[in-house]
Amino acid sequence: MTSEYDFLKKFLKSRSGLVLSDEKQYLVESRLLPVARRNNLNGLSELILAISKAGSMSLQSDVVEAMTTNESFFFRDKRPFESFRNVMLPHLLDARKTRRSARIWCAAASTGQEPYSLSMYLKEEKAKVGTFRFEIIGTDISTEVLEKARTGIYSQFEVQRGLPIQMLLKYFSQQGELWQMAPEIRAMVQWRKLNLLENFSHLGEFDIIFCRNVLIYFDQQTKIDVLNRIYRQLPDDGFLVLGAAETVVGLTDGFEPYPELRGVYRKKKTATQPLNSRSKLSNTGRAPAQALVGGSRL
Amino acid sequence: MKKCLVVDDSSVIRKVARRILEDIGFEIIEAEDGQKALDACKASMPDAVLLDWNMPVMDGLEFLAKLREEEGGDEPIVVFCTTENDVAHITKAIRAGANEYIMKPFDREILSAKFQEVGLV
Repeated sequence: MTSEYDFLKKFLKSRSGLVLSDEKQYLVESRLLPVARRNNLNGLSELILAISKAGSMSLQSDVVEAMTTNESFFFRDKRPFESFRNVMLPHLLDARKTRRSARIWCAAASTGQEPYSLSMYLKEEKAKVGTFRFEIIGTDISTEVLEKARTGIYSQFEVQRGLPIQMLLKYFSQQGELWQMAPEIRAMVQWRKLNLLENFSHLGEFDIIFCRNVLIYFDQQTKIDVLNRIYRQLPDDGFLVLGAAETVVGLTDGFEPYPELRGVYRKKKTATQPLNSRSKLSNTGRAPAQALVGGSRL
Repeated sequence: MKKCLVVDDSSVIRKVARRILEDIGFEIIEAEDGQKALDACKASMPDAVLLDWNMPVMDGLEFLAKLREEEGGDEPIVVFCTTENDVAHITKAIRAGANEYIMKPFDREILSAKFQEVGLV
């Protein structure tokens, strides 16, 4: 099993960036046995053997999806959404008042609760938002979760985690034991399949990037790489939102914590950056290579 | 310590709810129907009420209406916790003055999340 586990570890790392620590071994069984069963394979050994063979593309993506899918809930951790509503939203409405549009990216959108939570808040604030246009893009590595996100259908359990009952009544319709997000909320979000290890510059610039609870699965170098590429897609006054257990500290000095808003980061002002070459590079909108620092425990 | 009245005719549900709510810092009082719950409130108003709907003697909705008429009865935060899971029931409960609503079955996460939702935690 050890060499098989090692193979699986390398496979997941190269395909998704997921770092499978030894204490996560229990996850492998609970998540991959169903995949083996669905494909008429007898246990994990056969499954791992099967994905090591050429021409097993679709099985390989099934394995990546099963291992990288994470549970999500509405208004998860609450605070980032309050920050969005009370600080980021008013800032953008003012700073982009000529353009009258802004773009938001949920970089690990999973089954959609995060982008939908933002959309509901935009609806709640419609008196202020008016005709200002928000483009919300939700991406995830897994086709399966994106499919679910797109339908906006959630179980009774899912709609009770973090969602106030008033919002359930206001923005969902009931279908038996399931609840579906209202069409006008679903229409506010676009879905794309995206692996954060791959180039995402084609998505364009975003005013807010939510990248929560995904960096924790990556190793140091991958975190640095993703953060530096995110840096290039944010304007100088853009917002980066990370998960409660995540930080940029020790990974990049391109970002600094936004004062008073836990989990929210902004680009460091060029003027305060010590290296000349850095400020020159920043003018081109590219993340300076020197922004990388190592040695964090994360 | 905040006081929560757990109202349910099932002793199993009361026990489960008690364990979770005690863990998040509540002192628990139990009642097995709406009438007993109302008596308990008259004796001493709790900070929160976790309220079943269908119970003998007096149901949850009737209890809620009567509670809100009591002096100081608008104070407790009331969270319904019932197998009734349709829009009509939920709407009725909210109109009658419930602050939150849990559809059974629930778990630790849902109960704590809902109590947070209404500012109790």
